[in-house]
Amino acid sequence: MTAASETRTLRVSAAPHLAPGADPAMIRNFCIIAHIDHGKSTLADRMLGVTGVVEARNMRAQYLDRMDIERERGITIKAQNVRLPWQADDGRDYILHLIDTPGHVDFSYEVSRSLAACEGAVLLVDAAQGIEAQTLANLYLAIENDLTIIPVLNKIDLPAAQPEKYAEEIASIIGCDPAEVLRVSGKTGQGVTELLNEIVRQVPAPVGNPDGPARAMIFDSVYDIYRGVITYVRVVDGTLTTRDRCLMMSTGTSHETLEVGVISPDPHATGSLSVGEVGYVIPGVKDVRQARVGDTITTSRRPATEMLGGYRDPLPMVYSGLYPIDGSEYPALREALDKLQLNDAALTYEPETSAALGFGFRCGFLGLLHLEIVRERLEREFNLTLISTAPNVVYRVVMEDLSEVTVTNPSDWPGGKIAEVHEPIVQAMLLLPTDFVGAVMELCQNRRGVLQGMDYLSTDRVELKYTLPLGEIIFDFFDSLKSRTRGYASLDYEPAGEQLADLVKVDILLQGETVDAFSAIVHREKAYAYGVSMTSRLRELIPRQQFEVPIQAAIGSRIIARENIRAIRKDVLAKCYGGDITRKRKLLEKQKEGKKRMKTIGRVEVPQEAFIAALSTDVGKTSQTAK
Amino acid sequence: MLPASALAELAERPFGVYLHVPYCAARCGYCDFNTYTAADLGGALVSSVGLTTFADIAGSEIRLARQVLAALDRPVSTVFVGGGTPTLLPPSDLGRLLRLVADEFGLAPDVEVTTEANPESVDPAQLEQLRAAGYTRISFGMQSDRPHVLAALDRRHTPGRVSEVMRWARKAGFDQVSLDLIYGAPGESDADWLASLRAAVELGPDHVSAYALTVEEGTKLSRRVRRGELLEPDDDLLADRYLTADDLLAAAGLVNYEISNWARGPAARCRHNLGYWRGDNWWGIGPGAHSHIGGVRWWNVRHPAEYAARLGAGRSPAAAREELDAATRRVERVMLGVRLADGLAVDDLDDAGRVAMGELARSGLVEPGGLESGVVRLTLRGRLLTDTVVRALLPD
Repeated sequence: MTAASETRTLRVSAAPHLAPGADPAMIRNFCIIAHIDHGKSTLADRMLGVTGVVEARNMRAQYLDRMDIERERGITIKAQNVRLPWQADDGRDYILHLIDTPGHVDFSYEVSRSLAACEGAVLLVDAAQGIEAQTLANLYLAIENDLTIIPVLNKIDLPAAQPEKYAEEIASIIGCDPAEVLRVSGKTGQGVTELLNEIVRQVPAPVGNPDGPARAMIFDSVYDIYRGVITYVRVVDGTLTTRDRCLMMSTGTSHETLEVGVISPDPHATGSLSVGEVGYVIPGVKDVRQARVGDTITTSRRPATEMLGGYRDPLPMVYSGLYPIDGSEYPALREALDKLQLNDAALTYEPETSAALGFGFRCGFLGLLHLEIVRERLEREFNLTLISTAPNVVYRVVMEDLSEVTVTNPSDWPGGKIAEVHEPIVQAMLLLPTDFVGAVMELCQNRRGVLQGMDYLSTDRVELKYTLPLGEIIFDFFDSLKSRTRGYASLDYEPAGEQLADLVKVDILLQGETVDAFSAIVHREKAYAYGVSMTSRLRELIPRQQFEVPIQAAIGSRIIARENIRAIRKDVLAKCYGGDITRKRKLLEKQKEGKKRMKTIGRVEVPQEAFIAALSTDVGKTSQTAK
Repeated sequence: MLPASALAELAERPFGVYLHVPYCAARCGYCDFNTYTAADLGGALVSSVGLTTFADIAGSEIRLARQVLAALDRPVSTVFVGGGTPTLLPPSDLGRLLRLVADEFGLAPDVEVTTEANPESVDPAQLEQLRAAGYTRISFGMQSDRPHVLAALDRRHTPGRVSEVMRWARKAGFDQVSLDLIYGAPGESDADWLASLRAAVELGPDHVSAYALTVEEGTKLSRRVRRGELLEPDDDLLADRYLTADDLLAAAGLVNYEISNWARGPAARCRHNLGYWRGDNWWGIGPGAHSHIGGVRWWNVRHPAEYAARLGAGRSPAAAREELDAATRRVERVMLGVRLADGLAVDDLDDAGRVAMGELARSGLVEPGGLESGVVRLTLRGRLLTDTVVRALLPD
C-alpha cells in the first residue's frame, strides 16, 4: 500500500458509516444480477462514485474486479463487496452493502451464497440486448431466496437501446408493471441516484437476533499472501469481534480472529461486525479450504448450535489431466497448484502418470470455465506451458456383481462386466432469437439433449429448456452454440442428477499399445466417429518409423477403426557435397534435439508435438461431427 | 588467418581446389545453388560482375589462397569446376584458371581436373580446348532422357544432344566422362526413369550420379509445390527409383561407391568428391564457395558483386567461418563416412554408437560383422535410411 492510500484510509476512518455497531434498520444488503457485458461493473463503479467512497480521480475502471483475468475477460470470478454510505431522499443516512456476484455458470454455488447474504437484488439488463440465460437463471435463484427484485435497464444512453421493448420483456418475466422498470446509465450516471433511493425504499432491512450467539455466513474466501485467508461474511445473528476466537462450524476448528472490518472500498478494521452487517474476517488460516464459502462462523466463547443453511462441499464436475510440456517443470506445476488451491477451495488435484505425456496431475474443476481459468492462471502467473487432456465428467459404473466404480478418468473404466453406466445430466436453459431455434435444437439433439420446454419471452426471443448430458456440454458445446447463433444465444445450466447411458470407452492403440492420453468415454453411437477421427489424425501426426505401425481404435478387445503408418523407406539426403556439410550437420543436431522430446510408446517414437496437436481443441470437435 | 593446428593438417591429407562459376543462361526450377542469370545481375552477364571479368576476380582469390596456405608443400590432387554452368565461361578462361592453380600450388602428376558441363552449352572445339588445357574429366548434366521430364526440370537440351556431346568428349580425349541423372521429377513415370537409365548406360559413361529430386526452400519448384500445382515427390516412389537405378547401373558394371554415385571401378570414382566425404582439405574459389582446412570451415559471400568488391579491395571474400571441435569433427566423419561403400571406421564410433551396431545389423541397415571387421558398411536398405543410421550411430 502506498502512502497515498494510507492517507485516504485515515481520512475516511472518521466517517460515521465506518463506525462499528450499525443499526440493522438502517442497513440494506443487495447484489446486482447481470449478464457478463451488461454493465454491472460500470454501474457498481458509478455507485462508488455517487456515494463518495471513491473520488473520481481515484476511479479505476471496474474497481471491484481485481484479478487480471477478470479484468481481461470482463467477468467476475471472485465476489467482492463494498459498504456505501447513502443519504436517501427521506433525509436519513443509510448503510448500503453491495455484494458482487460471480458471473459464470461454473460458480453457481458461489452465486447462491452471495444471494443468501442479501435481502434484495438489482436485476440489471442491457437495454439494447434484453435478458440473457445466465441472468434469468440467477434471477430464478434470487426469487427462490425470497430476495426483493428491483428491475433495471442499463445503457439507456445507447442509440440502439430499446427500453420499451425490454421493459415489457422483464415485466412479463417477473410479473411487474413495465413502468416499474428503472432506467439507468452506468456510463453517464443517469438514474443511479434514483436507483439507490429505490434500493433503500424497497429492500427490507436485515433481521437477526442481536443478542444470540454470533452466526455469520462466509460468501467468499480469498487468500492474501500477507494476511492469509480473508473471508467475506454476512452477520446473521449476534456480533463477531476480534476479542473472540472464531469457530468454523463445518469443521469445528477454531482460529484466532486477527481482524474484523468492512470494505469501503479499501479494508477498514472496525473490530466488530453485528447483525445485518457485511464485512471481512481474517481468521488466521493459510488455506481457503479451512474457511470455505457457505460455512458459518461463530465464536468459540459462545458457539451457536445450528449452522446457517445451504452449506455444501464444492464438488468437482469436470476432470482433466494437466501436464507440463517440459517435463522438468513438473515440480513447478505442483508448487503452482499448491498455491492456487490456497485461493480455490473447489480445485482438486492428484499426481498422475501418462505414458504419452509423462508426469502431471489429475485435476477436478467445477466446470469448463473453471478449468480454463486455472490453466490460464498456471500459465500466466507461474510461467508454465501446459497441455490438458480431454475433459471428463464423473460416471457411475455399476458392475454385474452390483459393485460400483466412480470414473473420473478413462483409465479408471472397469474391465469387467458392466451392468449400467450413469452419467451426470444438467438442466440447460438457452435464450436465443427465434431465427436460431432450428439450429440450436439440432445442436442439442446431436448432443443427446431432450427438449423440456419452449417459451417465448417476446415475439422474437425464445427460452429453450433441455436436459443434456454434462459430458456433451464440456466438449465445445459453447463454441458450437456461438457459431450456430452468431453469438446471440446464451446458455445456463445446473446439475440435474444423472441418467442411464450407453457409454463405452474407446482406446487408441499404437502398435498394440494403448495410448492413455487418447482414451475417451463416449456414447456408443459416437464411438466409431471418434475412433476414425483419432486414428486418422494420429496417422498424419506421427512420423513414419522403420517398421509399419498400426493405429487402432478399440472398444475393449474389439477393433472399430484402423489406420497404418507405413514403414519409412527413405530419409537420406541425395546430395551431400562440400557446401552441404554444415547445413546437414545442423539438421542432424536438430533431429537429435527433436528425438529428446520424443515419447516412446512400445517401440514407436512419437514427438510430443503430435500428442499436443492431437489433444488440442479439435479433439472435442469429433463429437460434434459425429452424427 | 588460419590456426596453426589447421595448417598443420595440410600435409596429412590430399588438397583439392573447387571453383564455383555462379552463372547460368536460365535458372532451373528445382535448383537452389548459388547461381545467377543475366536478369539477376541487372540485364547482362557481361558486366563488371559477370562472365568477362570472372576469371580475373576468381584468379585473385587463387592468389590469396596461396598466400594463406604459404606453408602448403604438396601439390593439388584434384580440381573441380562446378556451378552454375562452368561452360558458359570461354574455354580460354577455364584454361587460364587451371594454369593459375598450377602456377600457385603445383599439380600432382595424377591430378584429376573435372568440369561440369551442360549438354546445350558445349561444342567440339570447346571440349578439345579444355582437354588441351589439362582438364581430365567431364560431367554432363543429362538429368533425363525423356523430353517431358527435361521440360519439367526446365532443362533446355534435347535427349539426343547428350549422346552427341558424349561422342565429342571422347573424341577430344576425355577418358573420364560422368553423367548426372535426376529421378522423381513431376510427371516422371517408372518407365520414364527406366528409359533414362538405359539411355545413360548405353552411352557408356565411366561414372553416373543419380539424385532424387529434392524440393529445396526458395526454389520455383517449392513455390509450386506449396501452391499445390505440383505434388512433392513421394519418398516411397523415390526409394523404388533408387533401387531400380542401383540394379540397372550395377548390371552395367557401374558400382555404387557413395549414396548417389556409381563408377566403373575404383579408378573412375570422383576423387575430388571423395575428399568431401573423407574430411580432406579443399579451398573453394568463387561466390558462396565453401572451404575446409584442418577442421576450419568457411564460406564466401554469395553475391558475385560483393565477392568482386571484397577481392577488389584486397579483402577476404569469406562471409563466416566455423572452427570444429574434436567432437563435431567426429560427428561429421560419421555422418559423411557412412555414405561411402568403403565404409566408416568403427574407431570413429563411441561406445554407444558401437552398441547401436547390433540393432542396426538386425534391422538390416548395416552389414553384419562390422564390429569384427572394424568397418561400418550400409546395406542397400541402409543407404536409403542413412539419416536413421547416422542418428543411431551418434546417440549422444
